[in-house]
Amino acid sequence: MSEHLPILMVLVPLLSAPLVVFIKHRKASRVIATLACALSACAAWTLALQMSSAVSYPLGGWRPAIGIELRVDFAGAYVAAIVSTIATFAISLGTRGTREDVVGREMFFYAAFLMCVAGLMGMVVTGDAFNVFVFLEISSLSTYTLVAMGKERRALTAALNYLFLGTLGGTFVLIGIGLMYQMTGTLNAAAVSARIREVEHLRTTHVAFAFLAVGLGIKLAVFPLHQWLPGAYSQAPHAVSSFLAGTATKVMYFQLIRVVVSFFGVAYVFDTLHFGDFLLPLSLVAMFAGSLSAIFQPSLRRLLAYSSIGQVGYLTLALSLGTEAGLNAGLLHLGAHAVTKTALFLIAAAFIAQVGDDRLDRLSGLGKRYPLLSLGFVLGGLSLIGVPGTVGFVSKWALLEAVLAGGRPWLAFLILASSMLAVVYVFRVVEVLYFRAPLANAPPLARERADWGSWVPAGLLVLVSVGLGVWSELPSEYVATAAQSLFGGAR
Amino acid sequence: METAITVVLFVLLLATAIILGRQRNLFAASMLTGIFSLVSAGLFTVMEAVDVAFTEAAVGAGISTVLMLATLSLTEDVEAREKKISWPALAVVVLTGGALIYGTLDMPNFGDPHAVVHGEIARYYIDRSWDEIGLPNMVTSILASYRGSDTFGELGVVFVAGTSVLLLLGGRRSELPASGESPGHERPSSRPPGKRHAHVREMPVVRTVAKVMLPYIVLFAFYVQAHGDFGPGGGFQAGVILATAFILFGLVFGPQELVRHVPPERLERIMAVGLMIYGGVGVVAMLLGGQFLAYGVFTPSHPSHGHHYGIFMVELGVGITVSAVMIIIYATFATRRPSLAPQVVLDAEDRCETEVSADDVPLVPEERALRSGADLLAEGAAGTDAASEVPS
Repeated sequence: MSEHLPILMVLVPLLSAPLVVFIKHRKASRVIATLACALSACAAWTLALQMSSAVSYPLGGWRPAIGIELRVDFAGAYVAAIVSTIATFAISLGTRGTREDVVGREMFFYAAFLMCVAGLMGMVVTGDAFNVFVFLEISSLSTYTLVAMGKERRALTAALNYLFLGTLGGTFVLIGIGLMYQMTGTLNAAAVSARIREVEHLRTTHVAFAFLAVGLGIKLAVFPLHQWLPGAYSQAPHAVSSFLAGTATKVMYFQLIRVVVSFFGVAYVFDTLHFGDFLLPLSLVAMFAGSLSAIFQPSLRRLLAYSSIGQVGYLTLALSLGTEAGLNAGLLHLGAHAVTKTALFLIAAAFIAQVGDDRLDRLSGLGKRYPLLSLGFVLGGLSLIGVPGTVGFVSKWALLEAVLAGGRPWLAFLILASSMLAVVYVFRVVEVLYFRAPLANAPPLARERADWGSWVPAGLLVLVSVGLGVWSELPSEYVATAAQSLFGGAR
Repeated sequence: METAITVVLFVLLLATAIILGRQRNLFAASMLTGIFSLVSAGLFTVMEAVDVAFTEAAVGAGISTVLMLATLSLTEDVEAREKKISWPALAVVVLTGGALIYGTLDMPNFGDPHAVVHGEIARYYIDRSWDEIGLPNMVTSILASYRGSDTFGELGVVFVAGTSVLLLLGGRRSELPASGESPGHERPSSRPPGKRHAHVREMPVVRTVAKVMLPYIVLFAFYVQAHGDFGPGGGFQAGVILATAFILFGLVFGPQELVRHVPPERLERIMAVGLMIYGGVGVVAMLLGGQFLAYGVFTPSHPSHGHHYGIFMVELGVGITVSAVMIIIYATFATRRPSLAPQVVLDAEDRCETEVSADDVPLVPEERALRSGADLLAEGAAGTDAASEVPS
């Protein structure tokens, strides 16, 4: 059984989706969807914790390169575990925040959600370039639909925007894969990286990498290509925005790492193409522009969304260093930010359920009324800033170390400076929650008590983000192994 | 000769693309995309990629054109605004095009036998697929077995498409028969006043020919489904062709009539069944001790037989889901509002009352937004989006 774990974590959600549509039962579909995500998470965690080296699974029984190979290394298992766990937490929100006409047709919502999870999981575990694209299509298409199901009409605009940009990104990825295949004659990661040496002086290879990088850059919301993100994150139904915030850009980041490290090779990408010189300035702009815009957002979810753009900046900054330490920091930050941001979106969902909409001033003075929820937001916010004792600190520290090891102290200074912006936008919310008088003419709150469905998973994730900050060696050691096995002494 | 055909086809392709880009009439644009696909299919045939050509012809030139027309029936068929050249966009397009051309400079020549794509793996398929799988059509061996998980994923994409359409539009299916009286705004349209769609259904020739054609189209779909092992064909093409028969029925006799015979509730389940069959075949292989989609374990003494069974079943799953999704997409769009789709009442005395021309159907406010994505975008940009852009 355990040999099938790589495929099972994709297959369980992928086959639960048609099952949900087939059974067509509103309540059963929610249970099945939650169970499927949880099972997928179990499979991913089992694999992540028991593996001693990279696992290969030949689909159809064909040997790699002839058939399609699933290949899960430490980093892949780590990302897969994060994605499936966050899916399990996010789906606890159910169809909250969707437009009204979903009622009665929830099974399609859950089916789309499960396909989205399956697509992202598939992208992580597969070792075949075209298979990556197929799973990218599954996850993208379902994401556009899920975003469009948001309550407000502007969700449709956001989804349309995302659709245009996302399709462009997907097409670029496909062109890149096609060119790469033409130059190497294979789609298998290991086989491509073995042959890229012979063709790396050719212009077609350069263009192949460029298309892959730009395509994934759109999906990853690298700075000038981030336009889809704020709308998509702030308009989507709560389960969807919580899930996307923790996984979508993370999986794309992992793909970018794999394109750089596993397909084209670090030496080619950084020494021949000087990819780092392109990525570094964009990352810096993202760090500042994203965080700066977050400060001025009128709504909680938009604030969190712009903060994500800034956080993607840290991720790409770590990658642009082109070192093992950088990769280590990037992977750590991937996990840290996934946990933190999902927790914050879940808390935002709980607040919105109480006050009715997500304008920030509606939260005035609610800190006393919802002490646990507000405390959760503060802790999550601290992790976003990177305060010691939270998981955000662990990853930011690793990033600082990686930057300093590369001999660029001015980068360390910029990282700290942009973290100060995070302090501003987090404390803007804190100020609203704790230091403002409640609105005099506020409409009545929805319920007396905060509802369990959203704040229990949010609370658990906050605890995880604090716990991993205290016992920081847990993530650090695993990720260090992952980075080492992925990088493999490439430079 | 071959070069001449290729050149002619490429010129046609380019001309179609340029006209398509300049076209403001969306009806014409939809037809042009169909032509574009057909010319592409011709090019693929010249390149001897007949399976791809067949798919392109069936999907690109056939069903997607019909689906676009069905969508147009919900909106209007002229683009809302005059096109203005956006210089940044032009710059990006020129840059991308330049990069693509730059990328071709070091490509191996077309048909170069020494190109790497014709290397080890291609040779493996050519040398071994007959022994290992035993299908005359190697393309089917690759799609359904060697790279079976890709095809499974593609079927997943089709399933997501069906789910998406149902999720986005399914809740607003119009259950009411069309009524001619329509207070409110007239639909702005450049189309000369006429009853294009209503006419089709009144034409005895069209109705009779459609009736005669339907069984043959269905039969051809089954032939394509079964013939995929031996020649171009398989589940995707067959599913599309089968769906075409139903859509033709819907076009000629009205979508309400189609929905009456093929209830969407049942189609939704059928759509799920196909994907489950494909995945189920893989899971059975796992239970029998093989890997996912390793069909060889079905008949351990004779693995190639197992491959035959496996490929037959997964192609069946593909055909089922693809046809169900295509019909669902058409039916959901077409029954969303009774413009293209006035309920057709077959009794002669009712007909004049229920038939509506496409031009005098009111636009329900909620649908107006869908009518033009550009308007919506402008609306969204005017809201907080604009105020909160990243300062740059």
